[in-house]
Amino acid sequence: MTDSPRTWWKTGVGLVLTALMLFPLYWMVNVSLTRRSAIRSGDLYPRAFTLDNYRLVLQDQLPYLGTSLVVGLGTVLLTLLVSAPAGYALSSLFVPGRRALNFCLIVAQMIPAVVMALGFYTVYTDLGVLDTLPGLVVADSTVAIPFGVMLFSAFMAGIPRELLNAAAVDGANTWVTFTRVVLPISRNSAVTVALFAFLWAWSDFIFASTLNREGGKLRPITMGLYDYIGSQNQEWGALMATAVAASIPTAILLVVAQRYVAAGVTAGAVKD
Amino acid sequence: MSRNSAATPTLERRATRAAAADRVADAAGDRPRRRRRRWAGVAFVAPLVVYLVVFYAYPLVENVSMSLHRFTRATYITGEAPYVGTEIYREVLTAPAFVPTVQQTAVFVVGSLVFQYVIGLGLAVFFHRHFPLSIVLRGLFLVPWLLPIIVSATTWQWMMDADSGILNRFLGLFGLDPVWWLGADNSLWAVTIANIWLGIPFNLVILYSGLQNIPADLYEAAALDGAGAWRRFVSITLPLLRPVSAITLLLGFVYTLKVVDIIWITTTGTGTSQTLATWAYGMAFGKGTSAVIRYSEASVVGTILLVLALVMGVVYLVVQRRDQEA
Repeated sequence: MTDSPRTWWKTGVGLVLTALMLFPLYWMVNVSLTRRSAIRSGDLYPRAFTLDNYRLVLQDQLPYLGTSLVVGLGTVLLTLLVSAPAGYALSSLFVPGRRALNFCLIVAQMIPAVVMALGFYTVYTDLGVLDTLPGLVVADSTVAIPFGVMLFSAFMAGIPRELLNAAAVDGANTWVTFTRVVLPISRNSAVTVALFAFLWAWSDFIFASTLNREGGKLRPITMGLYDYIGSQNQEWGALMATAVAASIPTAILLVVAQRYVAAGVTAGAVKD
Repeated sequence: MSRNSAATPTLERRATRAAAADRVADAAGDRPRRRRRRWAGVAFVAPLVVYLVVFYAYPLVENVSMSLHRFTRATYITGEAPYVGTEIYREVLTAPAFVPTVQQTAVFVVGSLVFQYVIGLGLAVFFHRHFPLSIVLRGLFLVPWLLPIIVSATTWQWMMDADSGILNRFLGLFGLDPVWWLGADNSLWAVTIANIWLGIPFNLVILYSGLQNIPADLYEAAALDGAGAWRRFVSITLPLLRPVSAITLLLGFVYTLKVVDIIWITTTGTGTSQTLATWAYGMAFGKGTSAVIRYSEASVVGTILLVLALVMGVVYLVVQRRDQEA
């Protein structure tokens, strides 16, 4: 039935729509593979083909890519350490002021990053952690932690109480129950949280451009890209090749972890 | 569009369940265990509370405090920032740039929301009935949402280049004159178009999962009664999708209001593309001479955005609670 001519017609329309949607990305790759002299002629495919732009990326951008990796992993670690226990507490333990805390988490996700950056800038200047990687990790994790807590607690609330009670009967205290029973079951949620924490930290522009401006080579890849944008005659080939390099984690995640991505997007936004 | 996905589970229901378990333990005369449970909850949530106080509340308080003191670049060296009350608020609210910026912000937010929602809904309906490759194609639609915004923004900037951009080349095929997309007059539309593109995946995914929750037999019954596709869409899809639509638009509003990077990277907020968020960003951190850095003014605009976020947080809770009662 599904192979009727009618649905194949829909596949055709779907292909056209997807191509339209993804055209900017094709254009980015196209420009990144085009020789400098031919970039302004705007060929629909890289007729003046070159890999020079990517050679330049390998030469110049590796420190930035490495920094982004470190910042991303640091953000993942901090996010998981704070949000997993909190998610457990909010879903299964008695917490005074739970409603107020939940409200704070919702509002926290709505606060503009530029407002946070302004506050952090003063605080970091006082503490002397401006332009440091730990400072950037903390700032980046403010995006991921409220999300992580809510995702964890939504999932952990679904763990059968009998399971937790059985552990308690066996003499396990809360900590043992958490590490031996709750965490292993919540593995998928942890992957989703880690994935988004990494992706957001990797993509961050606002915090990197405010709290880590003078970090030299110890700045993330978004800043490596931003350096190109500021210059008078923009090198579009190298710029686009760097943009492609900055997109690598997205590509990997889409191929390897697509179902976790989908889980994160819809998490709770729709009533279950 | 912010990267933030919408993690907004219905926690209250779970909360009552945990409380009920406590009462049961209590009734069984199990007081010591209950006390232990209480402390365990506090201990497990403590890192989060400390984190929220130190890394959310403290910076936000600093931000508000900065809007009440006159901060300059020199403040960071001398430490002097005299308290001036609401003086800076008055200056910002009466600044010539204030009213146009609010209007542009409104155009940017409303324009983005309307088109993101309509296109997202259209695509959600399109993908709702499976067809060959539909799952793969729907997955590909997510890509723009996962990419670093700076990547998308630079690509749009190049596509909108007045001389060699592909957009003007395309318009040229129809004999249309090239548009100076990123020039002062058009830049608001340029960044809105790019932002609509960015927001489509989010709307598609949320509305699609909303559609999944509408019982299929409703459509079958309507079809038996002779209702056409449009009729079914208007009488079944739209009304039943209303709670999901409300949440999508509400979150979309919040996320669009705080957009900085897509605008800053394509136009640095020049011309008509300046919004409240990019105004604040530019005043505090803009590239250029340090003479024009104005932290206090930026904090005033930041505080306005903060208040709006708080208000929307309350609205969100009200909408969510109403949905649960319905």
